Amino acid sequence: MSPARIAGRAVGRGWRGAVALWQRLPHRGRVGALLLLGVVLAALLARVGSPYDPLQLDGSALLQGPSLRHPLGTDPYGRDTLTRILCGAQHSLGTAGLAVLWALLAGGGAGLLAGYYGGRLDQLLCRLADVLLALPALLLCLAILTFLDGDPVSEGPSFGRRYDVALAIGVIYMGPLLRVSRAAVLTVRHETYVEASRALGATDLHILWRTVLPNAAAPIFVEVTLRLASALLAEASLSFLGLGTQPPEPSWGEMIADGRRYLLLSPWGSLAPGALLALVVLGCNLLGDGLRAALTGQTARAVEAPAPPGRD
Amino acid sequence: MLGLALRRVLLSVPTLVGIALLVFLLSRLLPGDAVTGLVGPDSSASPERLAELRRLLGLDQPLGVQLWRFFAALLHGELGTSLRTGRKVATDLGLRGPVTLELAGVSVAVAVALAVPLAVAAAARPGSWLDRALGALSSLFMALPHFFVALLLGLLFALRLGWLPPAGWVPLHESPGQHLRHLCLPVTTLALLMLAPLWRVGRATIATELSRDYIRTARAKGLRESAVRYRHALRNAALPLVTAIGLQLGNLLGGAVIVEQVFGIPGVGRLAIEGINLRDYPVVQGATLAIGVAVILVNLGVDALYALLDPRLRGA
Repeated sequence: MSPARIAGRAVGRGWRGAVALWQRLPHRGRVGALLLLGVVLAALLARVGSPYDPLQLDGSALLQGPSLRHPLGTDPYGRDTLTRILCGAQHSLGTAGLAVLWALLAGGGAGLLAGYYGGRLDQLLCRLADVLLALPALLLCLAILTFLDGDPVSEGPSFGRRYDVALAIGVIYMGPLLRVSRAAVLTVRHETYVEASRALGATDLHILWRTVLPNAAAPIFVEVTLRLASALLAEASLSFLGLGTQPPEPSWGEMIADGRRYLLLSPWGSLAPGALLALVVLGCNLLGDGLRAALTGQTARAVEAPAPPGRD
Repeated sequence: MLGLALRRVLLSVPTLVGIALLVFLLSRLLPGDAVTGLVGPDSSASPERLAELRRLLGLDQPLGVQLWRFFAALLHGELGTSLRTGRKVATDLGLRGPVTLELAGVSVAVAVALAVPLAVAAAARPGSWLDRALGALSSLFMALPHFFVALLLGLLFALRLGWLPPAGWVPLHESPGQHLRHLCLPVTTLALLMLAPLWRVGRATIATELSRDYIRTARAKGLRESAVRYRHALRNAALPLVTAIGLQLGNLLGGAVIVEQVFGIPGVGRLAIEGINLRDYPVVQGATLAIGVAVILVNLGVDALYALLDPRLRGA
């Protein structure tokens, strides 16, 4: 039995499992988890705790520097930067989380099937992943977004901007998640306990859900954490280009783009959201690396696909 | 060797077809076609006029026929005509392609030139202050988006210090000096963000190689330390490094889209963004396709490099 599975099994469910996981998490993983938790809490508290409205204009306090009343200053419309950043966090984290969830369900699910059934289905799905992986993520995202809300005349299947963005980002990460979950299933598919389950007359669905998935979950879980970081960066990039979250709703990418015009006058408007974005992404990466070490026993973040392209 | 090369080339054909298919389907299946994009949301064009335009562009044909025409045109190197400028997309790509190619190529060169010695230096003394500092820096840079790094560099070197131009592009033949000055900030942005993951992979693999027996043998026979590190360890660590370069390419080109936008560089990425903003579908299709093909070609090149670097793979 590989260390991955021994480790994966030792971590139980519920609170005790969470505590056990926390105890084996290396330092960097704990730092990452705390960073993420802190930002999420602050974002949740911002709507209730902040004396300012993220959308309310204030003509008496335009482009102020940091002060006691406005710790990170104000934007050119007099809105409190700190409040807007924290409200933007809800948006950015929510969209990125939705995107990764979509990628996990569609890509991860397809990977499970591909790894479990193999054969033609496997080949087809792997080719599909190749196509998704060959195109630069951001460009594909942009193309999908353009065509998703392409028709201004008749109502398209647009689900609202935020969901469109999440969908576009999610499609991109289907490729990597498919690869990872397929590989994870391949390592356990021929284990004795899977055969035992089959011999007992379990259906494929039951085997996949109850036997294969729990033992193959660790690398998928790690991948999801790391992809959340990429999704956050992608969402910010799209918003920066004006294609993600639409103003006046605050989002980090859009705030950074907005603050660009006043960089010399008041750099806070751009620098503060950028710094928080970097902090959250760093938190995700650290947590992902830590989880990888704790769950799968691999320490360094290895090259993602060790086999040369086209050889598998 | 030739058979291997041929097989690799053939293996990339399905991916190429897949990309073309994806680009085609994206533009046809999702709502909004070239015509509604062309006339704009609140145009007063009559339904008859719209139908006429659709007929002219061949959009009234069944999907299968459109697909056939699309691929037939592709095989002739025909990428369609821009709805806005009326120029051939292929011509535009020919003009913009070299700019992006130069930007990406120089960035990769700079990133590799910095990543390798830094990785060797860090791997030689794991846990040293240099190793830790570089590790922290690489974590930081892996958490930064391209546009933010571009912004910071622009703020510091162009706006505050005034050393470099904040944006713009001067072709090489007009003024080589100005060309280089305009290249500095975009290349630094792309190279820094590529450097971080490359350094990580390089450091990890070189550190593993340096702990192997043949290294001890090499040192025991009195070989210079630089030869041990660069000739012996680095050569054996080259495969994962080359793989990492290939994998980072998509990220690099996505970054190039952003960097071209921030610094106002007329490359393929900028072309794509312009096409997206103007709903110029043929341009978006062409640019996406061109970049996808470029990624595949480079990955083929990476495969060829494997065989060059590792004789064992030649017979595979």
